[in-house]
Amino acid sequence: MSLEVEEGEFFGLLGPNGAGKTTLINVIAGLARANRGTVRVRGADVVADYRRARRMLGVVPQELVFDPFFTVRETLRIQSGYYGLARNDAWIDEVMHHLDLAGKADVNMRALSGGMKRRVLVAQALVHRPPVIVLDEPTAGVDVELRQGLWQFVRRLNRDGHTIVLTTHYLEEAEEQCGRIAMLKDGRIAALDTTRNLLGRFSGLELRVRGRDGAERCLRLAGAAELEPALARLRGEGVEIVDMELRPPGLEEVFVRITGAGA
Amino acid sequence: MIGRLSIPAWTLFRKELLRFAKVAVQTIAAPVLTALLYLVIFGHVLEGRLQVYAGVPYGAFLVPGLVMMSVLQNAFANSSSSLMQSKITGNIVFVLLPPISYVEFFVAYVAAAVVRGLVVGAGVLAVTVWFTGVRFAAPLWTLAFALAGAALAGALGLIAGIVSDKIDQLAAFQNFVIVPLTFLSGVFYSIHSLPPFWRAASHANPFFYMVDGFRYGFFGVGDFPPGLSLAIVAAALAAVASAALALLRAGYKLRS
Repeated sequence: MSLEVEEGEFFGLLGPNGAGKTTLINVIAGLARANRGTVRVRGADVVADYRRARRMLGVVPQELVFDPFFTVRETLRIQSGYYGLARNDAWIDEVMHHLDLAGKADVNMRALSGGMKRRVLVAQALVHRPPVIVLDEPTAGVDVELRQGLWQFVRRLNRDGHTIVLTTHYLEEAEEQCGRIAMLKDGRIAALDTTRNLLGRFSGLELRVRGRDGAERCLRLAGAAELEPALARLRGEGVEIVDMELRPPGLEEVFVRITGAGA
Repeated sequence: MIGRLSIPAWTLFRKELLRFAKVAVQTIAAPVLTALLYLVIFGHVLEGRLQVYAGVPYGAFLVPGLVMMSVLQNAFANSSSSLMQSKITGNIVFVLLPPISYVEFFVAYVAAAVVRGLVVGAGVLAVTVWFTGVRFAAPLWTLAFALAGAALAGALGLIAGIVSDKIDQLAAFQNFVIVPLTFLSGVFYSIHSLPPFWRAASHANPFFYMVDGFRYGFFGVGDFPPGLSLAIVAAALAAVASAALALLRAGYKLRS
């Protein structure tokens, strides 16, 4: 595959399980080696110039991993040191504040909830202020509050000029956050376009109705002119409509059509 | 620039020290107690029945062997168990993502293993000296063998941690390689008391040269010339370190 993410972009990487999203991220991060081809982070080859490439990259891994020996602050100080930053407490405090971790600074990692551990993973990826941030399923299994706080912080980082690469199974998140999206299938790019263009690629409308019997029905219409005939057909079938919604197809619909898979 | 490059390695080294310091009862106190039990039991049973070197009671003879055995086993345990735990829990990713070179990785892990080995060794010496007294005929030899032996065991631990996928594989490496090599290295006896075959076989065991050379530093006598022993240990260290560095450079079982 050939793919270029522009500086300052909020880029989404979508695809069904096994499409190659995490493998691609692992190659970019140096956790896996590509059989052929090259990957560059802001011009730095991830193999030949790995030190420069890795300094510019902050990766939030998909797995909820942590070192059980250390507190949150120790974890972040150690991670800073790995990037050559001996004194980084001011930025560590700021990152902890934005991720609502300040109150847990001296708590051992083992004692944190899953959501808190996820926040620490994000903080670890940011300790060296990387210009490129890769978030591999950052909101998997976290509560709504963290999700909102996290996106607020990531959007701020993006506004400040950080490039964000996101993989997520929550397609509404990708739709809301990403300016451009690549959809992967079987290790290849099945679609690559701006989110707006991808959504507009499949014209038409989606009609969702709920009948008095509680059953929900979803109909695809070519345009608004088909609305009345569709409703008449439903009434003809004896459906008593109590609620309905008419909207353009979402990213989930585009995703299913392009990849032929569920999210 | 050099100072800047060294911060990642220094951090990894400090992290490894903190890791074993936080569980000091398990990583330091327990092996010291084990060595003390060896001294109390074997020293008591064999004292007066066995004299290996002229004028050296058996208990005193045993102390350097126990110290060196503790140094080797704990240096091995430190690097191997730390790496193994990181691989199993997945937190090894925190070391693999940053710009840490394979040489820095090696130096940090082995240096931390050396420190753990020497701390435990010093602890064993400190408690056993109450029972036997201690003298150093040639302390520099003692220091040289302790450092080289701990580094070799630390590098071996690194290899074991890299190649093992499961805890039981690592345990097998420890139980079937490290423990036999240390127990058959002359910790409890002089190889001159062995039948010719086993005496010859002992010369193929690099741990024998470490224990014998280390003991030479205490009593000024040994089973083998200390200079030659140190050269053999240094060669073994170079071979093991080269193998560990080659595995790290290839990212074997660390980077897919």
